[in-house]
Amino acid sequence: MKNSIDNIFKEAKKQNRPALISYTVCGDNNKENSLNILNSISENIDIAEWGIAHNCPTADGKEIQNSSYRALTNGIKLKNIFQMVKKYKKNNFSKPIILMGYYQMIFNYGEVKFIKKCKEVGVDGLIVVDLSYPDNKDFAKLCKKNSICFVQLIAPTTSKQRMKEILKVSDTMVYMISMISTTGSALKVTTKKIIENYKIVKKISPSKNVVIGFGITEKTIGKLKSADGLVVGSAICKEISKSLKHRQNPVTNVSKLVKKLKSKIL
Amino acid sequence: MKLKKGINIIDQHDKFGFYCNGKFGGNFVAETARKPIEDLSKLFEKLRRSKKFLKKRDFYFKHYLGGETPFFKLNNLTKYLGGAQIWCKDVSAINGDAHKAYHATVNALICKESGKKFIAGDTGAGMFGKNLALAAKEMKLSAKIFMGTKDISRQAPNVKFMREAGAEVVPVDSGSKTLVDAVSECMRHYVSNCDTTHLAVGSAIGANIFLKICAWSTSQISRELKRQLIKEFGEIPKLKLINVIGGGSSALGFWNEFIDYDKKHVELIGVEAKYAAPLATNAKVAILHGAAQYCLTDKEGQIAETHSLSAGLDYPGSSPLHGLLKDTKRARYTLASDKEALNAFKLVSKLENLRPSLEPAHAWSECIRIAPKLKKSDVIVVNNCGKGYKDKKIYIENIGYYPE
Ligand SMILES: Cc1ncc(COP(=O)(O)O)c(C=O)c1O
Repeated sequence: MKNSIDNIFKEAKKQNRPALISYTVCGDNNKENSLNILNSISENIDIAEWGIAHNCPTADGKEIQNSSYRALTNGIKLKNIFQMVKKYKKNNFSKPIILMGYYQMIFNYGEVKFIKKCKEVGVDGLIVVDLSYPDNKDFAKLCKKNSICFVQLIAPTTSKQRMKEILKVSDTMVYMISMISTTGSALKVTTKKIIENYKIVKKISPSKNVVIGFGITEKTIGKLKSADGLVVGSAICKEISKSLKHRQNPVTNVSKLVKKLKSKIL
Repeated sequence: MKLKKGINIIDQHDKFGFYCNGKFGGNFVAETARKPIEDLSKLFEKLRRSKKFLKKRDFYFKHYLGGETPFFKLNNLTKYLGGAQIWCKDVSAINGDAHKAYHATVNALICKESGKKFIAGDTGAGMFGKNLALAAKEMKLSAKIFMGTKDISRQAPNVKFMREAGAEVVPVDSGSKTLVDAVSECMRHYVSNCDTTHLAVGSAIGANIFLKICAWSTSQISRELKRQLIKEFGEIPKLKLINVIGGGSSALGFWNEFIDYDKKHVELIGVEAKYAAPLATNAKVAILHGAAQYCLTDKEGQIAETHSLSAGLDYPGSSPLHGLLKDTKRARYTLASDKEALNAFKLVSKLENLRPSLEPAHAWSECIRIAPKLKKSDVIVVNNCGKGYKDKKIYIENIGYYPE
């Protein structure tokens, strides 16, 4: 199964488009809806990222904070997240799922136990926001041993030397943060600049699948489609907030949004 | 695990920023903040070895903060309690009214050296916020202070100071609306603006460099105290150093010079607020605000809510350095309730010309508890680290008066 993430990128490349990756918070706005959202968008996305809600999210913007807050208020626990991943994978066997969260949640559960559980339920990859290189060396090894893709991050502040080191140890998928920001604010750099940075990363490591995330919306996604993959998070979380505010069904609204996003990268 | 003698406690970390064989501290930060944090570490290590910078720091400590804070015996309280001699290191006499003045000033100096024009900091009691606002004004920096909305309302006098000094006070309305949320929001601001903004963390918490800068700055307190003790006693007498612990910055500054002494000679006692006491209640280690530390959490690992009348103590975590001092048994940690702190304020303000804020009132409570059981030759020193004016309203609400 290790290759399921790699295969997804290969498939997308065959279709001459970037992989589309969604980010939602598991349990937002409640357990049932968040699984329904994922199921309903799965035909239009290539990889699903599911956030593990934490109540001290030091790198998230307002939209994802709101999502995490709703998920926590509705009682989401790691136990539920694992069950829900299992359910999702049962219906979407070939669709990779990546869990994303803060290290505290993993540390508290126990690293080894956490990875074992991830493997058992079918988690394909992990992103740990605040466990950066080189502190993540041991954890990354542990992931590798269990055929889970540990996704390293690269930021606009990352020096070239550091980039090289990170890419050297990274798994096949790498996450490039588009701008100096928390998640979910408007793009404050041009898409051109982002693609320039992206090219620097690709030049160092052409074989890695580099995905771009942070601040990508319906408006900007088309201009970034030369990347290997694009992550849309806050825009989806915002759609959930908006739907709830207008008493509309978040499942259908998010599904529509994702369809639109997909149409822009074809 | 053993503490290393002759090495400043702030420097007893490995190359990854961990203390105590990886148990405390570290740099749990997003990739975006790695480079700015690394740059700051390099700058700080350079500055603390630079004679020119030290001279500048000392100049500001002396002329801007008013120089050495007083150290004196409390004859009435000593007599009343009938045990140990009770002495006060009155840090609240500093310009700025609390120990936070030291690291606010140092952070502004570092910001200046870094060439950045913006400085951001968190505050609970408003003491750090106020001092950072004042230091920013002094050094012509633009300051943003993040503060929970609950604290903005209960520490209003300090908010006024911040605004008058020209700082922007950013209200934080998420979570418990207290310090923990203010720190989170301030760190988010930093992640988004780390190319232009210097982050000044309000206590000895956060990723490695932040707690180092903080504890290094507040250490001025123990440098002075050591001199003052020798002047009074001709030597370092058998001591008990009592300090309140929120994040732990004042205690680390008060204790720094005394850590190498045997604990039978110089005992270090930290006092937390009863419902915000990760050290005294043997909480689990958790990752909060960039570092591993003793921290109150729920079973799922979510950060727990705390409760204290004192805004400066209403925080679920603790400095990684206090984790180290606890595990090596160098310091002992205990707690005091709101009620005990209020009673301590009543007694101390009645017998002495002191008006401690709610935070040091917790330290006074422990002093009152243990002094009667000790001998005349025992010397207790309490760090009276903050002035009470900011809590006047809370004191009146709870005990009916605030002595002028
Ligand atoms: C006077 C005073 N003492 C103590 C504290 C607690 O913080 P720390 O433990 O870092 O000294 C505060 C916090 O605002 C304070 O204002």
